[in-house]
Amino acid sequence: MRTLEQTTQEVLDLAAKHFQLPAGSLAPGDDFFKKLGIDSLQTLEMLSRLENHFGIELPDYEVQGVSDFRTLAERIQSRL
Amino acid sequence: MLDLSQYQSIGEALKDALDRFADEVCLIEADREREKERLTYREFKERSHPLAQALQDAGFTAGERAGIIMTNQSKWLISAYAIFFAGGVLVPLDYKLTPEEHWQLLKHSGAKFLITEYPIWRQLNLSAGRSSATNLQTVLVTEAPANAHLAGALRWEEFRGAGEPVFVPRKRSDTASIVYSSGTGGRPKGCMMTHENYLEQCVALTSIYPFWPGVRYLSILPTNHAIDFMVGFFGPFTCGAAVVHLRTLRPEYVREAFPKYKITYVSLVPLVLKNLQKGLQTRFDALPALKRKIFNVLVAFNKALTKNRPRLGLSRRLLKQVHAAFGGELRAIIVGGAFTEPQTLQFFYDLGIPVANGYGLTEAGTAITVNDLKPFRADTVGKPLPGMQVRIVNPAPDGVGEVSVRSKTVMSGYLDDPELTAETIVDGWLMTGDLGRIDDTGHLQLSGRKKNMIVTEEGKNIYPEDVEKVFESLPVKEFCVFAANYIWPKRSMVGEKLVLILHLEQGQNYSEELRRDINARNNRLLNYKRVHGVILFEEDFPRTASLKIKRNVLAERLAKLDSATAILPL
Repeated sequence: MRTLEQTTQEVLDLAAKHFQLPAGSLAPGDDFFKKLGIDSLQTLEMLSRLENHFGIELPDYEVQGVSDFRTLAERIQSRL
Repeated sequence: MLDLSQYQSIGEALKDALDRFADEVCLIEADREREKERLTYREFKERSHPLAQALQDAGFTAGERAGIIMTNQSKWLISAYAIFFAGGVLVPLDYKLTPEEHWQLLKHSGAKFLITEYPIWRQLNLSAGRSSATNLQTVLVTEAPANAHLAGALRWEEFRGAGEPVFVPRKRSDTASIVYSSGTGGRPKGCMMTHENYLEQCVALTSIYPFWPGVRYLSILPTNHAIDFMVGFFGPFTCGAAVVHLRTLRPEYVREAFPKYKITYVSLVPLVLKNLQKGLQTRFDALPALKRKIFNVLVAFNKALTKNRPRLGLSRRLLKQVHAAFGGELRAIIVGGAFTEPQTLQFFYDLGIPVANGYGLTEAGTAITVNDLKPFRADTVGKPLPGMQVRIVNPAPDGVGEVSVRSKTVMSGYLDDPELTAETIVDGWLMTGDLGRIDDTGHLQLSGRKKNMIVTEEGKNIYPEDVEKVFESLPVKEFCVFAANYIWPKRSMVGEKLVLILHLEQGQNYSEELRRDINARNNRLLNYKRVHGVILFEEDFPRTASLKIKRNVLAERLAKLDSATAILPL
C-alpha cells in the first residue's frame, strides 16, 4: 500500500511527464490550472492517465473543484 | 411531435409524451464503457410516478419550489418530471458551484425540497451555509452507500408513494422554473421562466432542428443550463426521441459515445468544440502526403457542394471516415453558452458537420437567434427564431447597438428583484446588454458587450461582483473588480478578462507582499473566475448615497487610463 507521500510524488511525476515538463518541476501545493496553464478538458485527460496508472476509477464529482496536486493525490489515495 | 400549442404546461405535455411514445427508448445512461440504464417512456413513467406520489404525500403542492443539484443522469430528468407532474416549480442548480453558493441560491429560491446526489450532499453538509437555508424541509439523496450518514436526508431510491399520483394542472403564465443565470454574489439573478416560455421555445427550436423517435441526443452540457434543459430534455421528450447521459465526461468516453450510440445531436461549449477541432486537425496533419492531398480534394468538393445548404448524405459518403468517427448519424452539433469563433464553425461545416451556432440568454428562454443553414454563415449567430422580434437599440452609424428582444419566450422577471427586472425588461423588450448589428440578410452579428461581465469559452457567465468577496479585507483603501472590456470596450466576444481595481491608502505602495496576498486570494477562486491583473487608481471610488460603487462612473474614469500600461500582471 502506497503512502500519501508516495502517491503525491507519483501524481507529480506523471503530470510532469504528461505535460512534458522536467521531473521535479511541480510541487504538491501547485495549482495545476495556473502552473500548467491547462483548461478543464486537459485536466480530465490528465485524470484518465492517473486512473490508468493507479488502477482506480475517479468519479468526476470526486475531482470537482480540486485544483492542486496535493488534494488530487488525497482523492486518489482514498480510492486505492 | 406533440402539438405544443394544445398544452398549458411542461408537465401536461410530458405526461402525454410518456403515453404516446411508451415503447420508444427515452433515456440511456452510461458510465465509462458500462451501460447503466436504458429506459423506455413507459419505464420512465413507472419510475417517476411513485416519486410524484411520495412528493405529494410529503405535502408538495402546486407552486412549491424544489431544487435539483445533480450531474447529468436519468434521475435528474425523472425527478424534474415528478416535480412538474405535481405542479411544482423547478430550481435547477449548477452542480459545479461551491457548497456555499448552492446554499445561497437554495435560500434565495425559497425551495422547500432538494434532490441531489450523495457526494454533493456530503459536501453541502460540510459548509456552514446549511444553517442559512431554513426554508429547506426535505432532502432526497441519490446513490447513497448503504452505511452512509445522511444528515437528515432521505434516500431517493426509497422515496416512493403507493398508488397513482394526481396530476396538478398549471397555467401557461405560471412559473415553471427559477433558473439562476448568474449572480452568486450580492445579487442572485433567478430568472422566473414560465411554462409558456418553454412551450414556445420548444416549438421554435424544433422547427429548425427537429427531433423524432430514433433521434439520440448526447447530453453533455449540464441539464440545469437552459440549452440542455431544452434540447436534452423537454425538446426530445415531446418528440419521442432519446437522451444519452454519460456519467464520466472524460474526452475518450465522449468520443466513444458517438459511434456507440449513433448520436444525432450534441450540444457543446466552444472550448470542447475547439478541442475536437484540434484533435481532428492533428489527425489530418498526420496523414501521409498522398492521402492528405486526396482528403483535401474531398473537403474542397464537399465545401463546393454544400455551399447553399448542408447535404448530409453526400458529405457522409465523401468524407466517410470523419463521419464514421462521429457515428455516421450526426446531423448537427449545437454550440452554445459562449461565443464561437467563425473559423471553428467553418472547419466543421467544411467537413459536412453543421454547427448550429446561435445566440441566447437564459432570460430570453434559451435561444434568440440560430443559424438556419440556408445558407451556412460562420460570421453571424444566425437569424431570429420564429416568434422572436429582435431590434438594435441606439445604433451607431455602423449599425451596432444594444440587442433587445421581445418574444413569448422571455422570462417574466427576476425572482424578488423588481428593480433589476425593470432595468432589464423595458416596455416589454429584454435588453440583453450585448452589442450587435443585423445585416442585410437578417443575420445578427455580435460585436461586444455593454454589460460588466465576461463569458468564458467554457460558457461560464462571470459577473465581477461575484468574485469580489474573496478580496474582502484586502489591506487597501478600497477595491472592486471589473471586466476589462467594460472599461475599454472592444469589438470582440472572446479573450475577455477580469481586472482588480485597487485604491491604495495614502502613502501605501503596491508591495510584493500585497501582490502575494492578492495572488493567494485569487487562487482560492475557481480558475475561470480569477482576475488577470491589477489597476491602480488614485482617486476615491464614486459612490451612491448608500455607499454602493457607481460602477458606470468609475468605468468612465478608468477608461481615461491607457489600457496597454494600466493593467499590472499578477
